[in-house]
This record gives sequence, structure tokens and C-alpha cells, in this order.
Amino acid sequence: MSTDCFIARSPKVAARRIGDEVMIMSGLDSSLFSLNETAAILWECADGVTPLSSIVRERICPRFEVEFEAAMKDARELAESLAAHGIFLISDQPTTTEGAP
Amino acid sequence: MSELMLELGAKALRLGVPLSVQLDLTYRCNERCVHCYLDHEDHGEMTTAEIKGVLDQLARAGVFFLNLSGGEIFMRRDLFEIIEHARKLMFSVKLKTNAVMIRPAKAKRIAELGVHSVQISLYSHRAEVHDEITKLRGSFKRTIEGARMLKEAGVQVSFANVLMKGNETDYPQVQALAAEMGVGFNVDATITPMMDGDRSVLSLNIDPATLEKVFHDVSLVGATEDFCAPPPGAMDAADAFETLPCSAGHTAAYISPYGDVYPCVAFPLPCGNVREQDFGDIWRDSPQLEEVRGITVGHLQGCSSCAHGGTCTRCPGLAYLEGNMRGPSTQDCEKSFARTGVPSENLLAKRAQDSAKSPSGRAVTWMVPA
Repeated sequence: MSTDCFIARSPKVAARRIGDEVMIMSGLDSSLFSLNETAAILWECADGVTPLSSIVRERICPRFEVEFEAAMKDARELAESLAAHGIFLISDQPTTTEGAP
Repeated sequence: MSELMLELGAKALRLGVPLSVQLDLTYRCNERCVHCYLDHEDHGEMTTAEIKGVLDQLARAGVFFLNLSGGEIFMRRDLFEIIEHARKLMFSVKLKTNAVMIRPAKAKRIAELGVHSVQISLYSHRAEVHDEITKLRGSFKRTIEGARMLKEAGVQVSFANVLMKGNETDYPQVQALAAEMGVGFNVDATITPMMDGDRSVLSLNIDPATLEKVFHDVSLVGATEDFCAPPPGAMDAADAFETLPCSAGHTAAYISPYGDVYPCVAFPLPCGNVREQDFGDIWRDSPQLEEVRGITVGHLQGCSSCAHGGTCTRCPGLAYLEGNMRGPSTQDCEKSFARTGVPSENLLAKRAQDSAKSPSGRAVTWMVPA
């Protein structure tokens, strides 16, 4: 089972929903990303205090009708991939970027 | 430009989203640049609360790229409060400044706020030439210091080098200075009329021979065989009526410090005021923006059949300031000529007119600033 974690939006990124897409500009290298539906759900829920497991159980599993274990593994990989681009901050403790920038 | 950025632009156009907005926070400035198009008196700038409200409206309208400019933005004491609000709204924020007022603490704060980049006006690598243009003694030194502080704080910086009579030979050294400092560089060979229509500053435009040299400089334009290639000929009529002149009013807009909304900073066609109306309503309902959006290349008088049709960089704002937003922009015709050696239809018409007016019956010089 994938270990649980907390994901927060990086205060260095820019983001906007354009139509049905969430566009993100990385604060690391100005790369532009278009989030797929799963990533967009993670983005919207990434408040730094809600466990990833809760996001997966309450938002992703019902939406895509997938098993929790598989969805959790995929969500963790996706979050780590986006963290590598400076879009998410991942922690094993609750964090908050409230007040930032 | 990345493929995703092109897709984003196309999507914004399809959905009618104002993807990019320049918001001038003030027209006040600590410099008095000889070529500036602005009136630097404060005629009633928007307050901090008004600007924050406008930013909220822009975010709701879908604006992603926000350029904060002026005047000199650091003349506003509430600048960081405005940037903080903009970043909380998740805009990609770009600042335009002369950097004279930047000190280490400000540079650090700009980096912390996740500002995308800072564009700094630099006119020469020679202090005396730069200061003569800005009319502020010591400005070169302060500007370079400000750029270094930003760079050291980890901010992405670029120099904007406007060329005019007096600094037109200095750009290679400015480019070298930018490379040495690890900052970006871009050159602009256009002096624009003042926003009130006064065209006297156009006398500062560089001469045609220098413009031609600039447009054939590989270090600036890349492969000259492509950039300077003869024009492909007039655009197919059907394509011309499908092709938009530029993004102004389509996916881009400009807001003045007084709340006036224009299609672009270089296109001062009043479309509404955010002190009287929500930006989203202006963007959606303004008859002036509707008119701008109805203009395709096929509607342009003297341009739709011009050989430069498909490759011309005509600015509709310059055409508007020349008297007709559906007409040609002579400054851009001159650029096309300098680039390719092929006169545009507009320039040929002007030459014929000037020739007819000449008392001797001989052609007179027609490559003069508009």
C-alpha cells in the first residue's frame, strides 16, 4: 500500500482554469502544464492538510470507479511527478501555504 | 513558443478568454525618457482597493498572464500589496520597470512572491548614453545594480533595449552585457506615438539603413534567409478573411492607471472603464472591442492584397494612431521593406503620391518616419 502524505500547491506556480482545463506554469522553469482530470482534482484538493488518501477515497475513486489501492498508488506517483516540476509540495505532515505568497 | 502555449492561445481565442492583460499601475515615473509616449502627471490613479478589485475581476474573466507596468511601478508605495494580491489569485506576473528603485530587500521579496520575470529598460552599455535618454543622472548605474540584485535573488530578468537615434549602434554591447550578466535580451526598433496622438517623438525613429542592418543581424533574428526572405505574396482571399491581425482585443487587453480599458497598450481605443463597469462585462459587451474583433486581414485597406500579407507584422494600434484601424501601419510597412527589400503596397502608393506632389516631378524620399 502506498504511504499516505499531504500535498500542497507550491506558492511559486501560476494557475488558471481555461474552459475545462487547468493550466499551470511551473515556478521552477516556466514550463506550462495542462492538468488531466485526475491531476486537476489533486490540484483543487491540495490544501496541505487533507491526506492524499482522503482525496483519493472521496474524490477520485467515486469519479473513476476504481479500487482504492490502485488509485492511491497512481495518485501518489502523479503527485510526486508534479512535485518534481515544482507544482506540488509533498509532506508526511500537514502543511499550509495559507498566506503565501 | 511551446506547442502547449499555442494551443492555450487558440483555446482562449475560441472561448473568448482574455488570456493576457497589461495593467499600468501608474504613469508617474522617476525618469523622463525622451521617447516616452506617456503623460507623467497623476490624473487620478486607481486606489489600492480599486486595483485589487480589478485583479479579482481579471481572475474571474480567466486572465492568466498579468503584466504590471507603468510609468515606473515602484513609484507606487502599495506595489507589493498589489503583487501579493495578484499572486494569491495565481496570475503569472511579469513586472516592467527601470529597476532604479530596486534594493536587495525588494529583490528578495519579488523572488519570494513567485513573480515570473522582470523586464528592465536599458538603452545602452554606456552610462552617459543611457542617462541622456532617461534624463536621470546615475540611472544606468542604479539600473544595472537593480538587475544584478534581482538576478542574485533568483529572479528571471531581461533587458528591453529600445532603439532610437542616439543609441542605435549600442545594442551589440547591450546584448553582450546581458549575456555576461546571465539575463535575457530583446530589442525593439519601434518608437510609438504618444497616447494622445502626438507624433513628434517619431522623429527619434532610427533611419532606414540602420533598421535594415538590425533586421539582418543574425544575433537578433536568427536565420536571415528565413526572416528576410522575399514576401510570399498576397494572402488567399478566403484565408485573409479568417486571419486575425493580432491578439489585441481577442485574447489580450490593456488597463490604464485610471481604469480605462483598451485592446492593447499600443492601441488606445477606449472600450470602457473598470471604475464604471466590471471588466468581464466590458470584455464581453464593449461595442468597440466587438468592432476590433470583426476586423480580419481581409478587411484591411491596402493590406489584404499586399505581397507582405502573410508575413507582415502590422500593428493595428499603430494603424489606429495613424488614422485608420483598418488601414496600414506605415511604420510596419517600413519594417517589412527593411527586412525584405520589397516595398509594401502602402509604400508604393505613398511613393506615387509623393512623386505626383514633387514640383520637379521626380520621386522624393518616401522612407521617412511616419
